[in-house]
Amino acid sequence: MSGETVKHVPVGEPLLSVRSLSVEFGSAEGAFRAVKNVSFDVQPGKTLAVVGESGSGKSVTSLAIMRLTDYTGGRISSGEVLFRPSKGQALDLVHAADTSLRSIRGNEIAMIFQEPMTSLNPVFTVGNQIAETLVLHEGLSAREALARAEALLEKVRLPDAKKLLDRYPHQLSGGMRQRVMIAMALACNPKLLIADEPTTALDVTIQAQILNIIRDLQQEMGTAVIFITHDMGVVAEMADDVVVMWKGEKVEEAPVREIFAAPKHPYTRALLSAVPRLGSMTGQPLPKRTPVIVIEDGAPKEVGETHVQDTADYAKPILQVDKMTTRFDVGKTFFGRVTHRVHAVEEVSFDIYPGETLALVGESGSGKSTIGRTLQQLIEPTGGTVRFDGHDMGSMSSAERRRLKQEIQYIFQDPFASLDPRHTIGFSVAEPIVVHNLLQDRKAIDRRVQELLDQVGLLPQHAKRYPHEFSGGQRQRVCIARALASNPKLIIADESVSALDVSIQAQIVNLLMELQQQKDLSYLFITHDMAVVEKISHRVAVMYLGQIVEIGTRQAVFENPQHSYTRKLLAAVPIADPARERAKRLIEGEIPSAVRPVGQEPLIHRMREVEPGHWVAIEADLLRGAA
Amino acid sequence: MATVQAARSTRWRFRSFELIVGVLLTGGMTLAVLFSSVLFPDGGESMDLMARLIPPFESPAHILGTDPLGRDVLARVIVGGKISLMVGVLSVIGAVILGTLVGLVAGYYRGVAEILLMRFADIQLALPFILIAIMFLAILGTGIDKVIFFMIVAQWVQYARLVRGSVLALRDREFILSARAIGVGNLRIIFQHILPNVLGPIVILMTLNVANNILLESSLTFLGLGVDPLIPSWGGMLADGRTYLQSAWWVSVFPGLAIMFTVLGLNLLGDWLRDYLDPTGQTSK
Repeated sequence: MSGETVKHVPVGEPLLSVRSLSVEFGSAEGAFRAVKNVSFDVQPGKTLAVVGESGSGKSVTSLAIMRLTDYTGGRISSGEVLFRPSKGQALDLVHAADTSLRSIRGNEIAMIFQEPMTSLNPVFTVGNQIAETLVLHEGLSAREALARAEALLEKVRLPDAKKLLDRYPHQLSGGMRQRVMIAMALACNPKLLIADEPTTALDVTIQAQILNIIRDLQQEMGTAVIFITHDMGVVAEMADDVVVMWKGEKVEEAPVREIFAAPKHPYTRALLSAVPRLGSMTGQPLPKRTPVIVIEDGAPKEVGETHVQDTADYAKPILQVDKMTTRFDVGKTFFGRVTHRVHAVEEVSFDIYPGETLALVGESGSGKSTIGRTLQQLIEPTGGTVRFDGHDMGSMSSAERRRLKQEIQYIFQDPFASLDPRHTIGFSVAEPIVVHNLLQDRKAIDRRVQELLDQVGLLPQHAKRYPHEFSGGQRQRVCIARALASNPKLIIADESVSALDVSIQAQIVNLLMELQQQKDLSYLFITHDMAVVEKISHRVAVMYLGQIVEIGTRQAVFENPQHSYTRKLLAAVPIADPARERAKRLIEGEIPSAVRPVGQEPLIHRMREVEPGHWVAIEADLLRGAA
Repeated sequence: MATVQAARSTRWRFRSFELIVGVLLTGGMTLAVLFSSVLFPDGGESMDLMARLIPPFESPAHILGTDPLGRDVLARVIVGGKISLMVGVLSVIGAVILGTLVGLVAGYYRGVAEILLMRFADIQLALPFILIAIMFLAILGTGIDKVIFFMIVAQWVQYARLVRGSVLALRDREFILSARAIGVGNLRIIFQHILPNVLGPIVILMTLNVANNILLESSLTFLGLGVDPLIPSWGGMLADGRTYLQSAWWVSVFPGLAIMFTVLGLNLLGDWLRDYLDPTGQTSK
């Protein structure tokens, strides 16, 4: 690149100005424009949130600012990115020479990525990786750089910073790694920090900690932040200004309060209508289906109806889980003796009633997915009894157990990964029918597949297509159709809406509720997302370290949380309402490991009933167990 | 999206080019070999010591020239293809079936079956090939069936290891778990879900091994362990022509070209087949 342009910009100008930026991918004749004519400004010390759903071009925009699109096959076809570095001269990054770009990357503009594991190099220690930036940009000696690295780790509130310097990335938890990434990004006191979905892969309580750290450091160092996210809750908590992107274009730009109070563009309105807001169901005993706004041919349209989900029948439970325990052996000695076990699920008991949604909430490692997989017979339980429709699973014959796989169905988190890429979706949807021999005639099976596709809002001709030809939301519809194919009574939905864009998520949640009403389905809804739980569930069970710490009706648990962990979880959820005061939340610590040496059994805590049907673990027990 | 479709269509134009050339090369060679007894009733055996080492394109009776015994090179190349293709293709098919089954069982069921099968495979890989070939064929005697059988025994290991590796990566994928959650049985999971997903690398290894085995057959023949040295085969002709490489290049170059074109054709077909089997990257009707 030649023609480096240097312009003088008066003081008070924005730190970064993006002017009609367009980015293209692919060859010249068939170029795909990922970003079209996008312009925005970033003021010094302020936070600009760039929001949009997958494919909106928000990440490409952030890469283009650093000209990192050069390395991902993209081309900046027009526009300029004016950056005003410390020297006070504006530099057009689009046309800047590679050498001046290198002195800016990591030094003046730093970046944090979504996946902290993949953005750290696994073969170098944490200390070395932070020191590298310092040696490179500040010309420090190795010893000085390590000392600075230690100070930086303390700044992002990592305990025992000195020891951490010698650790490798795989020895740290996800939250710790993301803090290391932040420490690295802030190493050279950058003027601008670009954070691309930095908390999406983290648990809510860890997310709250990371957001706090970013906000504090920003105030302390006066760094401007471009925050790329799809989470309107995070936007409300973090941003000063918001740019909304849709299909590669900027559709709206405004201060954060205005965006939430008076969204102008139909897309922004649709997006906000789809965002589940924690607390929106306060005072209502039953879950409620509400219409979603979708954009059809450029115009907003309301889809769905308001319906109170009075489907649950509390006469006789369909599933009774009593003191179920699932453990895995991990460490082994040379002679094959087990030394350590993961205590994934410890004496968990709950019931699910026909037509009811029981939400199982908790953070990663709490054992919630293990419960689902044990119920689906994908993992063998270590102890306890499970009764389905009154029959004990443990004493079932193998034929009965197979039949149970017809009555209970499982929907996974990632619809793409859970569909065989080599088969058409018609094949996949028909598979439960074929396997359980529900229909014999090929024509009858085809008819049933069409009917199922229709029920989940897909077209009959879709049956001939392969999974990669669908969007994420459509794929999850396919998985739902597949789960419905054997007419199950209970569906276990394991984070089934977590990976979807909010507008799609709202539609899938509505679809699940509609199907529940039509077919009297029971759901075990496993998730970490409290806002979705509030919308969909009749009852809620909160999991912590393999045990249920609180269980009760959704209204009781959300409006009258008794256990400290439930409160912490609820407090950590970012609320999509910037008018709410940004409470400085004090959430510290991480979930301890569920791996224990053999012989050291965890303490099973007792439960007490605070109100009818609302049980809470006695916390004194839990503390003794941790000691 | 228009761009994606444009990219796809150029790719598929190239793909069909691959297919056409592949079919022409392998198909032509197969047809010629199938009709060799009609084309050359003498089987390329008739000698004419007066017409030794005629260079190619000089005599209309011997377009590709003659060898040191005055036999027609063209006739021998086409007749010799019979042995070569038979050995190359049949040995590979046999090894694929055996190796794939072993790999599927070892990778899917793991446990004792895996340990036994895979350690056995490792031991076999550690043994020197030629030594085993000498022992094996010395006991069984020579002949084309024994050569094929020996190659299957020698090569199933490659497929077993390849398939086992792929199965290990696949068996924990979520779509296998989700099939299990639906109640799909082990056999159906193995043959409906795992096998189609490991076919790609198998097909590529197959096409490479056909070429390998054509040459292997010639080494065995050279050692006196293969088929009857009097029956023409590409490998045998290559070995025979070696001594005359300076004076009469055509004796070994033409069978060499025959091997090259066959292998090229098979590789093109293999590439095409691998992509054809993979629905990602295709547009449906």
